[in-house]
Amino acid sequence: MAKVEDLDQVVVRFSGDSGDGMQLAGNIFSTISATVGNDICTFPDYPADIRAPQGSLTGVSGFQVHIGANKVFTPGDKCDVLVAMNPAALKTQYKFCKPTSCIIIDTDSFKESDLKKANFETLDAIAEMGIKNDVIAAPITQMVKDCLADSGMDPKAVLKCRNMFALGLVCWLFNRDTNIAFNMLKEKFAKKPGVAESNIKVIQAGYDYGQNTHSSVEHTYTVETKCAKKGVYMDINGNKATSYGLIAAAEKAGLKLYLGSYPITPATDVLHELSKHKSLGVTTVQCEDEIAGCASAVGASFAGALACTSTSGPGICLKSEAMNLAVIMELPLVVLDVQRGGPATGLPTKSEQTDLLQCLFGRNGESPMPVIAATSPTDCFDAAYMACKIALEHMTPVVLMTDAYVANGSGAFRLPNLDEFPAINPPYVPEEMKGTWTPYMRNAAGSRYWAIPGRDGFQHILGGLEKDNATGAISTNPENHNLMTHLRQEKIDKIEVPDLVVEGDEKDAELLIVGFGGTYGHLHAAMDEMRAAGKKVALAHFKYINPLPKNTASVMKKYKKVVVAEQNMGQFAGWLRMKVDGFAPYQFNEVKGQPFMVADLVENFTAVYNK
Amino acid sequence: MSELTAKDFKKGQPRWCPGCGDHFFLASLQKAMAEIGIAPCDTAVISGIGCSSRLPHYMATYGMNTIHGRAAAIATGAKVANPNLTVWQISGDGDGLAIGGNHFIHANRRNIDINMILLNNRIYGLTKGQYSPTSPRGFVSKSSPYGTVEDPFRPAELCFGARGHFFARAVATDAPGTIEILKAAQAHKGASVCEILQNCVVFNDGIHESVYSAEGRKKNAIYLKHGQPMIFGENNEFGLMQDGFGIKVVKIGENGITEKDLLVHDAHCEDNTLQLKLALMEGPDFPVALGVIRDVEAPTYNDAVVEQIEDVKSKKKYHNFQELLMTNDTWEVK
Repeated sequence: MAKVEDLDQVVVRFSGDSGDGMQLAGNIFSTISATVGNDICTFPDYPADIRAPQGSLTGVSGFQVHIGANKVFTPGDKCDVLVAMNPAALKTQYKFCKPTSCIIIDTDSFKESDLKKANFETLDAIAEMGIKNDVIAAPITQMVKDCLADSGMDPKAVLKCRNMFALGLVCWLFNRDTNIAFNMLKEKFAKKPGVAESNIKVIQAGYDYGQNTHSSVEHTYTVETKCAKKGVYMDINGNKATSYGLIAAAEKAGLKLYLGSYPITPATDVLHELSKHKSLGVTTVQCEDEIAGCASAVGASFAGALACTSTSGPGICLKSEAMNLAVIMELPLVVLDVQRGGPATGLPTKSEQTDLLQCLFGRNGESPMPVIAATSPTDCFDAAYMACKIALEHMTPVVLMTDAYVANGSGAFRLPNLDEFPAINPPYVPEEMKGTWTPYMRNAAGSRYWAIPGRDGFQHILGGLEKDNATGAISTNPENHNLMTHLRQEKIDKIEVPDLVVEGDEKDAELLIVGFGGTYGHLHAAMDEMRAAGKKVALAHFKYINPLPKNTASVMKKYKKVVVAEQNMGQFAGWLRMKVDGFAPYQFNEVKGQPFMVADLVENFTAVYNK
Repeated sequence: MSELTAKDFKKGQPRWCPGCGDHFFLASLQKAMAEIGIAPCDTAVISGIGCSSRLPHYMATYGMNTIHGRAAAIATGAKVANPNLTVWQISGDGDGLAIGGNHFIHANRRNIDINMILLNNRIYGLTKGQYSPTSPRGFVSKSSPYGTVEDPFRPAELCFGARGHFFARAVATDAPGTIEILKAAQAHKGASVCEILQNCVVFNDGIHESVYSAEGRKKNAIYLKHGQPMIFGENNEFGLMQDGFGIKVVKIGENGITEKDLLVHDAHCEDNTLQLKLALMEGPDFPVALGVIRDVEAPTYNDAVVEQIEDVKSKKKYHNFQELLMTNDTWEVK
């Protein structure tokens, strides 16, 4: 038997044709690992083509998972194990391999015709690419066929189980308990026990194949658990965590959750998720367009619901007028922007941070709006909850920004206890104000009161036209407009957000790394690497974008060098310059539609460090 | 609660031009609401942008005067979120059928229980006189000094094409006729479109001239009533008869035609073919159809949403957030 070696962390990348089930195999492997207490961070890398030709280079789908004994911050730059189910996967995904990576291929899918589809010129893909890595070349397709020969399944269905063989092989390589996978499959296919049984059989076959042949590797591996916080966990991706945050906030506030939406990649899964939970009273309306998604949410908010609308960048363009209506009417609304590559249709399945200025400023008139950016898949839960709390308590639309990377990536989520979350208290108009109340009277926080239809004596009209501060009637009075503009701005500026936390060498860093939203993990990993190399580095990562934390200026000015790293052309650096007098940071801007590579960050930050 | 009067729904001083059809309609709406008897606090009036969209400002109900074209979408959200609310959506022909055309058809298709008022003056008034999507071909306006080169929408056609279940028409100056269709719209469960023929005294004066006065309507309009034969004319001397695939005007008593030969109005008929023919009638050869032209029962969107939620609640085992969490694969770190 191969020797067993204990690792601190490992990165596995499953890749194959988009129909090969790589996402499912990757998900199951992540969950098995998380179940034994490892930390996980995943990154599904979908092809953008609707249905690329089978076996073609553009049709490759990947799923990368980083497993650690300790906390892991990113899905990993490169992988330790690459599963390549066909030549196209090998060709396009090999760039994610290290010299030490182990590669698993299905020799049955490396025949002449398969190689041609991936533009190989010879019959030996490994030699043609000059690959020197360990390769486990297994006749996966044939073994799956043999394994399911008596199952009575049709040949197409049999081939769909190839992913499970690869999963079994990876489970063997990492000494994973396959029973956890078996239980997951039994639950997933509870209504089709035959399918569960076949999948389980194939996983076992993959595992046994590794065991029996010792394959061509010297070691198998384990990743032990070292410091997981006690509690009950689940694997959750960002879109699901966002959905859960909205549900939790509605329950805490005692309000009906309303989602008006229109399908758009990569935000659609929030609509899918919330549509499932009607037993919690969640109301979802798939509207005729993005505009109606937001407009109907404004109507729902007026009528007394916790109203949300979900979209991605192009949808924000369309919603911006209705968002602005919520600004002037001062109604609570949560607008979710799962950012993708732009401009226009751009790169629908890829991730960027290029909507920041659109969310902050992309509306006519002075239109201040709180903006919160989730920092990781699991943080989407907290960010969504806080977006709702701010919207409801301050009677304002709030933009909740995530991105494709955070939305599709997953992490181990410690199940929250709703009792421990802060209360949500919207400023309902007090009964004793009946008779004297007008719509723009404000509480101490500067928020308008919420008078929900059905309450007698509080009938009022809101609208898109400027209103008189005292009477609520339409007004074009210059002094009044100036006053209302200031009141709307002050209300947002006064919102309390947590102070910025500086991690790493908080006291004596030579370089402060600054970022916002979904890049937290990568920036943290870059900081860790630089500190491990003896450099004095700190990280200040923003989740609250508008208003900024009160200590922003003091943190930005405390360090000799500051580098703002973001996946756009410098939008957040610009926002900080606007808000922090004299702030002149270094910038690292990259817009590839892919998560940062930690190695690139370290190289660039080190160059700044050494300047 | 004591009986409601129109006064209970009145607020402020309307700012429309003197003689504008909107004044007449507002008064009829307030009277209709009083007769319907739903309290102002349980009523929301939601409009878009345009002259007629100022209407909610003059109502003592809950209201919103929102953004151009979106009133139907906003009203949809309000009704779904709060089904106990009676929702009236006020739009003009530009707000409802140009910039808001998509929401108009989808509200009808979904059959959301809102009353959709379309104040049709066939002109853009607030922006001072451009042609609208209901202006006739060749219409001369500030933005079409040589006449338009496009055909107009006919609102009933859009409504029916979108599978609308209720369509009624009244003339703004005709208070009884307007009140009657507003009450019918409220009684109808589902999206109810009321087209109000309304005159713009400044930019399109006389556009509905033939039916704007009581005398005009006597001659040039027909009041359709469910179950009644289709008779019109100053002396009730004319009637409507089916003629092959079409409709023809006949003189009662001529060629042996009696009342028994006339079409009897069926607003509840599921098949909208004849209702559409009636709705599209125009002068001078045909009378303009007024009253409730189509009123067919169908499941409403908001009821279905509530029913589905109740149904799923009774079937699923999780009913709060904590229970939802436990539906996932979980593991414990001890």
